[in-house]
Amino acid sequence: MHETAAAPPLISIRNLSKRFETPRGTVHAVRDVSFDIPRGSITGLVGESGSGKTTLGRALLRLIEPSDGQTFFDGIDLNTLGAGAMRAMRRRMQIIFQDPVSSLNPRMRVHEIIGEGLRAHGLGDRRKRRDMVAGLLAEVGLQPDHMSRYPHEFSGGQRQRIGIARALALEPEFIVADESVSALDVSIQAQVLNLLLEIRDKRNLTMLFIAHDLSVVEYLCDKIVVMYLGRAVEIGDAGPVYRAPAHPYTRALLSAIPIPDPERQANREILAGDIPSPLSPPSGCVFRTRCAHALETCARGEPGAHAVSANHTAFCKRIEELA
Amino acid sequence: MSGDTILKVSDLRVEFAGRRSSTAAVRDVSFSLGTGKTLALVGESGSGKSVTSLAIMGLLPRAGRIARGTVRYRGRDREAVDLARLSEKAMRRMRGAEIAMIFQEPMSSLNPLFTIGDQIGEMLKLHGDPGPAERRKRVLEMLELVEIPAAARRIDNYPHELSGGMRQRVMIALAMICKPALLIADEPTTALDVTIQAQILDLMRRLQGELGMSILFITHDMGVVAEMADDVAVMYSGEIVEQSATRPLFARPSHPYTQGLLVSIPQPGRPEGERLVPIPGTVPPPHSMPPGCAFSPRCRYASQRCDVPVALVEARAGHMVRCIKTAEIAAHA
Repeated sequence: MHETAAAPPLISIRNLSKRFETPRGTVHAVRDVSFDIPRGSITGLVGESGSGKTTLGRALLRLIEPSDGQTFFDGIDLNTLGAGAMRAMRRRMQIIFQDPVSSLNPRMRVHEIIGEGLRAHGLGDRRKRRDMVAGLLAEVGLQPDHMSRYPHEFSGGQRQRIGIARALALEPEFIVADESVSALDVSIQAQVLNLLLEIRDKRNLTMLFIAHDLSVVEYLCDKIVVMYLGRAVEIGDAGPVYRAPAHPYTRALLSAIPIPDPERQANREILAGDIPSPLSPPSGCVFRTRCAHALETCARGEPGAHAVSANHTAFCKRIEELA
Repeated sequence: MSGDTILKVSDLRVEFAGRRSSTAAVRDVSFSLGTGKTLALVGESGSGKSVTSLAIMGLLPRAGRIARGTVRYRGRDREAVDLARLSEKAMRRMRGAEIAMIFQEPMSSLNPLFTIGDQIGEMLKLHGDPGPAERRKRVLEMLELVEIPAAARRIDNYPHELSGGMRQRVMIALAMICKPALLIADEPTTALDVTIQAQILDLMRRLQGELGMSILFITHDMGVVAEMADDVAVMYSGEIVEQSATRPLFARPSHPYTQGLLVSIPQPGRPEGERLVPIPGTVPPPHSMPPGCAFSPRCRYASQRCDVPVALVEARAGHMVRCIKTAEIAAHA
């Protein structure tokens, strides 16, 4: 499940950037982000609204074109592939969306939704595809006779299971799950999280799990990438990052989680203000305008990667003093 | 109604008219909110928590009505009134001045065509207008109280010029401008990022301390409950299934639903590799409710004995549970 020296990561992102031109100027949605996603692991991409996490997830799948940088999938740079080669690669990577209502076509029956990718890639005949859909439904905890129903006949949790079955249909090696449990009630959310873990174990899937809920990410993920205003600010194995966060932003983020235990109320570090506009991000460290530890030096020059320990990096000039 | 209680809801039942029959979205709901205290109504989608708060405010949609029960509110003049029997005109005088409400989505509660200063000032106009100059002065004070930076400039901003966190501060200013005694907060931080949520919860606690208001806090988040509430009522499928002071509820959750909810939430710092225990199944749709306990189809302890209506009874002093198996389950745990 974890990275070993022998197995190269399935995904390597190098200096990935995405800029959007708007009438009011250039938005740097993702800026110079690099990290690896080890095979068979779940990497969590966390950050608040405007951090660029969703844009990064899409840019790495080339659902939107990155502005700069490389995404290596099993050693192949996706950003150099032509349309035909990219289409063939798409079978190996899938996405599960947040909203199970708007991401399922209401006019299609469940077997059409799940079997669409199989049909598009010319896999199996009609009957074979029906059998495959039945198998996928069973795998995600639904009944085979659900396949002739329409999405509106299902609850939110069941619809998310349909979205997962659709993503699994082409037997991808890599899945991006974008806020895939955020819209669900907590009692249902746990069902879907456990399903994702089961599928990962069974299929040895590699996953990028994009979420704003840090407790969910801690539960699910082996590795964490924390983003703020388009930048990765901390990257590391989940245990060390959660136990000993090094970047002041990660610390504030973790201390802000409400803990469902009145006896364990933490001393909150409450951040002042809001995330700045991505149209005019602060110079130097993007977090410095809200950071309690910022010095003059933080305004000059990018912080750069500082090793906290093996497999744990923070982008902050002051981590040694703050440790 | 005792002197230190501001709100006492008794035996509330809210029905919604359907094409053929009506559905009871809220059944047999009773609770008291102490003056200056925070009571959390916690539950998932369809639990009836928001309908309960709308019924208290007299803001039920057209198809809904209070079919039974009383909503006793002790106002500033120390005289208790039943909000469920109040005329619309009298209720309008209450809203804003005595009881105010904030919602999840500030953008849809604010009018995009008016400046925030005008919208907050409108509340003062409705409740004994002090005149334009005094109005602006008090709005500005209120914006400063909710910690809007550069309030003197922001007062002339439109809602779209503010961030989500700032808009929620404006909503709070709007709710607090007439110094209500009771604030109903319906998922006020659910749409916000976690660091902004921490700011808003901190602000609400501070305002409660300074202004002495009581809060009815509607939420789905047990973490927010643990942080904010003095008392908790857990709702499931239109009923309160467990009710107590906050600490005892978390220390000894006694209804199988509350227990299930607490073990299905990922908590920071749980042991690695330990799997969550989800509650199986889904909430029953209102037209096919089980005959007895509404939670029984999803309950691991359920048996035939659960197929009769279950009352909310006191399991321990001040700790109410709606489950016939409370004693057995406690022995089992």
